[in-house]
Amino acid sequence: MPTTRRAFLQTSVAATAAGALLPTALRAATAEPASRPIPSSGEQLPIVGLGTWITFNVGEDPQRKDECAAVMAAFFESGGRMIDSSPMYGSAQPVIGYGLQKLGRPKALFAADKVWTSGDGPAQIEETRAYWGVPRFDLLQVHNLVDWEAKLPLLFEMKAAGKLRYVGITTSEGRRHDLIERIMRDQPLDFVQFTYNAVDREAEARLLPLAAERGIAVIVNRPFEQGALIRRVANAPLPGFAAEVGATSWAQLLLKFILAHPAVTVAIPATSRVDHVRENLAAGGGLLPDADLRARISAQVRSL
Amino acid sequence: MSEWWSYSAEDFLLFSPRTYWRMFELQNEAYWPLPVLTLALGGIVTFLAARGGANFLRSAAAILALVWSFVAYTFLWTRYAGINWAIAYVAPAFVLEALLLLLIAVRAGFTVQPRGVVPWTGYLLLAFATVGVPLLAPLHGRDRSTSEIFGIAPDPTVIATLGFLILLRGRFLWLLYPIPILWCLLSGMTLHTMGDAQAWMPFTAVAVVAAAAIAAAVRRPSRTPA
Repeated sequence: MPTTRRAFLQTSVAATAAGALLPTALRAATAEPASRPIPSSGEQLPIVGLGTWITFNVGEDPQRKDECAAVMAAFFESGGRMIDSSPMYGSAQPVIGYGLQKLGRPKALFAADKVWTSGDGPAQIEETRAYWGVPRFDLLQVHNLVDWEAKLPLLFEMKAAGKLRYVGITTSEGRRHDLIERIMRDQPLDFVQFTYNAVDREAEARLLPLAAERGIAVIVNRPFEQGALIRRVANAPLPGFAAEVGATSWAQLLLKFILAHPAVTVAIPATSRVDHVRENLAAGGGLLPDADLRARISAQVRSL
Repeated sequence: MSEWWSYSAEDFLLFSPRTYWRMFELQNEAYWPLPVLTLALGGIVTFLAARGGANFLRSAAAILALVWSFVAYTFLWTRYAGINWAIAYVAPAFVLEALLLLLIAVRAGFTVQPRGVVPWTGYLLLAFATVGVPLLAPLHGRDRSTSEIFGIAPDPTVIATLGFLILLRGRFLWLLYPIPILWCLLSGMTLHTMGDAQAWMPFTAVAVVAAAAIAAAVRRPSRTPA
């Protein structure tokens, strides 16, 4: 077992490299997250985004909407770009729209949303766009593969017409990986979104290598398993090896585990706290763990 | 293949406990001092039920219909449906329950159960819903401002209605049970999924109603003349 830990330089090559993780640890610690390219276009995207599942579903509560806007402000200030939501997330979409308007519509925004159960996909997409108040989405994904045979052609059509920049599909918690894999092989996807973290590593077997091979950007959802991983490690001291990659909290260590996989393009932790969003973005800067350290992180979390 | 069996209740919980309880705080603030009046209405329903005449019972049913409609619009439709899209389908069920209460009270009428354990269980549920439920917030470590008030929030309104129904006899009375019981199960599951200890409350209400229904059924044949 090596006695020293190496971390990884976040490069465009790394994002598309199949299988093995790249060695090298050259990045100096920085508050801003590194960027990786979207394989289908080469556009650079910061590797930490912002999810909105549960945390942004605050209804019409003005106080909580302002809190979400503050989280968005801190997100953009810290170098973030991708915000991801869904029509399934209650009031999250109008709350995002409120925040964007309050912040003067930040140019850095990479708007990612989904099309869900509606029989009338275009109407749902238009409603979603109006909530956000954006001229068009950067990325639209078929939520949990619902009606994907009908929805994917619609999204590809929108992309061809210049009404959308990227097309993707999503799943979570290991569901329907066989179908995801088939669609990844058969369809010209720009993005795929699924769950991957220190204890849920199923994606390492097929989906992550396939994404690298096919040049599909990967969005990782539920990096903390909806807070369950944070609660799991809450009473355990941060291991000494966290310092080797500059992680100052369990949340950062868990995120760095995900971000160190070269096929991952962006992870989208959700939070309702400004300090947490800053902490998450900072995890995308500086050193990332090598294969050996990743194995130790995973083993440590699984043992708790 | 949708792999529906791979979904758990947690997958359908769209909001945080913080957001959930904040709804009650906002609801109480928005309609203050109406909660004081609706609490008094809860007491009036109990009084009218205790009086027991047909017109008194109709009046009690009318008050309950009024608060069901109020909760349906101001809480479920305007507030809760904003964070949980499924509630948009529940709000009309509350309006339907209000209409059924009015219709059955006016057309079929009610009588009060003969004295015994069953009606006392009804009074107990009514008293708990109006006086006990608002006290649960501080007892469960929440701020008093998040208290659920009869006529303002769904759980105490529904539980009080179940208490009222237990007190009664009537031809179409059974039609009034499904919606409150389904609501209690939904509310209990929501609270349980949130990890909130207060899930015991709506589940217990359903258990009490079931026990009262069994007790009433057992008692009835013994009172039938041979």
